[in-house]
Amino acid sequence: MRDVAVIGIGMTKWGELWKQSLRDIYVETALLALEDAGIDRIDSMYIGSMSSGLFVGQEHIASLLADYLGQLPVPATRVETACASGGLALRLGFMEVASGMSDVVLASGVEKMTDVGGDEATYALGTAADQEYEGYQGITFPGLYALIARAHMQKYGTTREQLAKVAVKNHHNGSKNPLAQYPFEITVDAVINSVKVADPLNILDCSPITDGAAAVIICPADMARKMGKPLIKVTGTGHATDTIQLSQRKDITWLEATYQAAKQAYAMADKKPKDIDLFEVHDCFTIAEICVTEALGIAPKGKGGEAVEAGLTAMDGKIPVNASGGLKSKGHPVGATGIAQIYEITKQLRGEAGERQVKDARIGMAQNMGGSGGSCVVHILERE
Amino acid sequence: MSTPSRYWREIPQRYRLEANKCNKCGITFFPPRLLCPECKNRDLEKTKLAQKGEVITYTIIRVPPAQFSDQAPYAIGVIELEEGTRVTGQIVDCAFDDIKIGMKVKFEFRKLFEEGHAGILCYGYKFVPDYG
Amino acid sequence: MEGIIGYGAYIPRNRIKVEEIAKVWGTDAPSYKKGLMLEEKSVPSPDQDTITMSVEATKNALKRAKIDPADIGAVYIGSESHPYAVKPSGTVVAEALGATPEVHTADFEFACKAGTEGMFVAMNLVKAGVIKFGLGVGADTSQGAPGDALEYSAAAGAAAFIFGNDKIVAKIVDTYAYMTDTPDFWRREYQYYPQHGGRFTGEPAYFKHVTGAARGIMQNNDMKPEDFDYVIFHQPNGKFPFRVGKMLGFKKEQIEPGWLVNKLGNTYSGSSPLGLAATLDIAKSGDMVLIVSYGSGAGSDAFIFEVTDRIEEVRNLAPLTRDLLDKNKNYLEYGEYAKFRHKIRKAD
Repeated sequence: MRDVAVIGIGMTKWGELWKQSLRDIYVETALLALEDAGIDRIDSMYIGSMSSGLFVGQEHIASLLADYLGQLPVPATRVETACASGGLALRLGFMEVASGMSDVVLASGVEKMTDVGGDEATYALGTAADQEYEGYQGITFPGLYALIARAHMQKYGTTREQLAKVAVKNHHNGSKNPLAQYPFEITVDAVINSVKVADPLNILDCSPITDGAAAVIICPADMARKMGKPLIKVTGTGHATDTIQLSQRKDITWLEATYQAAKQAYAMADKKPKDIDLFEVHDCFTIAEICVTEALGIAPKGKGGEAVEAGLTAMDGKIPVNASGGLKSKGHPVGATGIAQIYEITKQLRGEAGERQVKDARIGMAQNMGGSGGSCVVHILERE
Repeated sequence: MSTPSRYWREIPQRYRLEANKCNKCGITFFPPRLLCPECKNRDLEKTKLAQKGEVITYTIIRVPPAQFSDQAPYAIGVIELEEGTRVTGQIVDCAFDDIKIGMKVKFEFRKLFEEGHAGILCYGYKFVPDYG
Repeated sequence: MEGIIGYGAYIPRNRIKVEEIAKVWGTDAPSYKKGLMLEEKSVPSPDQDTITMSVEATKNALKRAKIDPADIGAVYIGSESHPYAVKPSGTVVAEALGATPEVHTADFEFACKAGTEGMFVAMNLVKAGVIKFGLGVGADTSQGAPGDALEYSAAAGAAAFIFGNDKIVAKIVDTYAYMTDTPDFWRREYQYYPQHGGRFTGEPAYFKHVTGAARGIMQNNDMKPEDFDYVIFHQPNGKFPFRVGKMLGFKKEQIEPGWLVNKLGNTYSGSSPLGLAATLDIAKSGDMVLIVSYGSGAGSDAFIFEVTDRIEEVRNLAPLTRDLLDKNKNYLEYGEYAKFRHKIRKAD
């Protein structure tokens, strides 16, 4: 397998992008990535998008976006693992470059969520759950994570305030991210008193509905070296699945797929949690970040809440998590999130993260999760 | 969304809690599958879930999906039935404040939703407090 | 010999008081309470309907009958609020009970006597030897138009009766029907609420048919009111059963055990069947029970049952009707009631 490097990244401000369609958002960010990489032809493209079909009635976006990006007749593949679609797009692109099948691959993610009403968006997101045995019963995504939250609070004593602190931390970070959907600070009180969504989670515990895209370009490391770019290598990748239904997990409070995917990535990169300088994790809901930090080995099992409370995962903490602002502040256009995590880590490893810069960031991990944890894709990036 | 055939196919599960028991490792799982989720064995027999159980975790849905838009707020949880099998189901006929982890509940047949004004009616299992 | 081998009731938990309804429409609650002899009524939750209540009532009946539901040969749900206009409630109920596929079903409709008609047919199929066990259920989630007198009483509930010819709990002694074309209360296709003839629903309707059926069955069996331990009449309001009882020569004490309406409301097809269930809950071996239903349109079905000693063995195997009526109640305000009963017009 060849070593793979990231040579270009592109992302625009996320939010409710009324004037832009799915294809507009996609092309804009992909062009930025091409520009950043200084190339104009790609060998292959992977697009992560959870449900262009339910959100804009459009399938076959592989052909659509290859066409609109001006890259015909390039092989284009749309991949889907719910909210882990972006991470999966990178992983498959990585495999294509590492195997020698292609040299330059564009891996991106896009989601256009505001062309449907709130009800339909909730329904579309809900299709990441078991339709016949969870969706049929009236579950929602906030509902599934609320089930995890209550169980975690019962089992480990995690508190309502600790959940809120995840959102506060991520908004603090996001307030320094010019591309974030909600770049402003919030308080613990604001979170706790915000509108109830699925007890105990309130609206400020939940990542928003967002339009957005992000793109990365990867190529063999040797080719990147020749281009004279700072070498950011993808040194680890992992991918695992877990039961689709939350009720069927062996332990409702534990994210096994995340643990397994991370284990693969750590092994492949020959790294341990303490070697990682920053993490971008999937805080679709505040409780998700708490559980993910445990599954990644950042905090001991059950202590994810204490970790955030102690400031361990703050930008200036020992183990910065979600310097970008996370899904909560940056936004969560579902399929794009996994690639935006790579964008952030690349920026950090290049030293280009401005006010969000984690000092001496050399190694970063991105953890991208689908559904209630049924899929997880993890990547490790290192600056050579 | 349920089309008539998708709804009809799951009736034995939704109306009667029909499940599978694995003849190799002995677990009962729901809904039925072709492979035991535990040991992957294909020698399975039909069984029915117990009608009583307890609440493992729960939440109150306040922002519902489109299909349930008139019904919020409602309680939904993971229920562990007596043989150890877990299902996701609404908890009804109960004040929200009275729902607790460990609370005893039992199966009751209810209507889950209607497919709009003219579509089929979708029935299935919910759980009510088991006062003993 | 044939008769009831199992019986079961189901009443939703929600209630609304007469005062709460009167408050909204600006009527005088005390006079309604006095005039109707009614304090409160049951209200179905949005996830409950004739089908769901019939399933639960029958499950209670099965607990007492102790038979395999697959052996039920006919399932007859009688209601004036069947959830589908075309697709019998019986199909869903039979499927939920595990009575399918070898089972007859079709729905019954005859205002408030649809349930007893279903019971009559189920029982006679058993008697004819055509089926082993038959199920007749009276269930309704009756609607009263907002601001109409019926809004105070239209309620929800179900009672199920399984008939067989072995291990009988209450033997059937005789049945009788008294039916004429009397337009006292009706609902046209596509109309949401029923119409009624006001005071015409009294003497020429309820009283004529209930007394006609009661006198008819007593005459055919050479029996008098004092030969009965209990009598159950259809209960559209609290007063009518006592008035018709008095007209026929029955005493209050015979009527009271099966008189649920003051706390339940009028459960339409469930009304006299629920009264019968409540009566069986307290009856003793040898008791003679007369039940006379009434359905607008109009007609009455009468049944004479003789309770056997098996009642003692099965009575406590399922919830008692008065426990379902009195326990775990959840009182609603009018707004929530109107929402539950789909009386609020929403954007389509």
